[in-house]
Amino acid sequence: MALTGLLLIGFLLMHMFGNFKMFLGEEAFNHYAGWLKGETPDGGILYPILPAGAFIWVFRTVLVAAVLLHVYSALTLWQRAKAATPSSYQAKRTLSQTYSARTMRWGGVILAGVLIFHLAQFTVHSALTAGSFGATYADSPYKMFVGEFQQWWMVALYAIWMATVAMHVRHGFWSAFATLGANTSPKAQTVLNACAWAAAILLYIGFIFAPVAVLFGWIH
Amino acid sequence: MNITLRVWRQANAASQGRMVTYQVQDVSEDMSFLEMLDLLNEDLTVKGEEPVAFDHDCREGICGMCGVVINGTAHGRGNSPVATTTCQLHMRSFSDGAVIDVEPWRAGSFPVIKDLVVNRSAFDRIIQAGGFVSVSTGAAPEAHANAVSKLKADRAFDAATCIGCGACVAACPNHSGMLFAAAKITHLAMLPQGQPERPLRIKKMVAAHDEEGFGGCTNIGECAAVCPKEIPLDVIGQLNRDLLASLFKRDGK
Repeated sequence: MALTGLLLIGFLLMHMFGNFKMFLGEEAFNHYAGWLKGETPDGGILYPILPAGAFIWVFRTVLVAAVLLHVYSALTLWQRAKAATPSSYQAKRTLSQTYSARTMRWGGVILAGVLIFHLAQFTVHSALTAGSFGATYADSPYKMFVGEFQQWWMVALYAIWMATVAMHVRHGFWSAFATLGANTSPKAQTVLNACAWAAAILLYIGFIFAPVAVLFGWIH
Repeated sequence: MNITLRVWRQANAASQGRMVTYQVQDVSEDMSFLEMLDLLNEDLTVKGEEPVAFDHDCREGICGMCGVVINGTAHGRGNSPVATTTCQLHMRSFSDGAVIDVEPWRAGSFPVIKDLVVNRSAFDRIIQAGGFVSVSTGAAPEAHANAVSKLKADRAFDAATCIGCGACVAACPNHSGMLFAAAKITHLAMLPQGQPERPLRIKKMVAAHDEEGFGGCTNIGECAAVCPKEIPLDVIGQLNRDLLASLFKRDGK
């Protein structure tokens, strides 16, 4: 749970940083998108150690494995918690748990759905809402990004989804480090929670920045 | 004070329980919560009804026998300004005419025996799995022979204050017993006597914890919030750190 979670947070940070290429213009962004997939003349990442276009599949395999292991661990914990709860309290009051901590499980289910839609939209191009990748967007990831996020409701939807991601990361980041044994003093707890807040806020602002820029016409 | 109590009544482990409402008259605000229950039971006995069964012993907050969920929080922590056991919670924490819900700890590993009494022997079996030091300790050693740093001594003593009441399990959304297991792990891990068995102890105690059907820890923190002895959440961090380290030791493999 902790290791796969941290790996996925690492990926999100990288993905967020990559999205900033949108501000450098169409050529830069499309070159970056092509380079990730090994479609550029230099053969992309790890070429010639790996054949051109092979790295992206290694990368995708690791990510899919991380997601599946993360889900498997979560379901195991969920199952154990259910088995340990014979009946619920008539009156229940919580003292310290945060909203993020309480919603990790159902939030995770929502995130799984969001992830599937996100991949269908921007990776497989089967769920594009404002055009088609081949025709309207002329095979340009940049044009696709702009076209999709020129719709205000799509930006609103992603703003909500990113809040779900940020909340999941807020508890998940702290919890991962606690599970890995980093929380051994009250001070460590404060520091880890502060880092978790920082990671969550950074991811939220970082990811919503480019879509908002598209919506307001700063990127077109 | 006059109090309305809604108490969980359950004849035995096999039967279905339910909340029953009772009126308790003339409660003094200086009474402890258990004394108020005594008052109710005297009244019930006079009326020829079955008294409410609840666990208690020392009534001074050090034995760990008492413990019920009051208004949704273990030991009534939500009503008390300070960390407390049920026996040290006083009626002045409630207002006149209050309606108070009283329920037993609810966890699969703590089956209800009767009314508010639950079977916490699962905790004993976790301790039996490794929560001890199997060396001949003999007479008290010379104080300078085995130096323990102040920080570690304090941490060991703080963790050792756990009275095993089970409030952590009752409050945990996963019904995990990690805070209890971690308190004992941390207590012994900080002291020189605990070192020889340290890697083996953690493996055995965590295995026993999971075998008893407690849930897994997801670092939410409800346990530490209700703990009458204020065992900090970071003992669970110590448990996790020791568990990871023990995976690289041959003990218990």
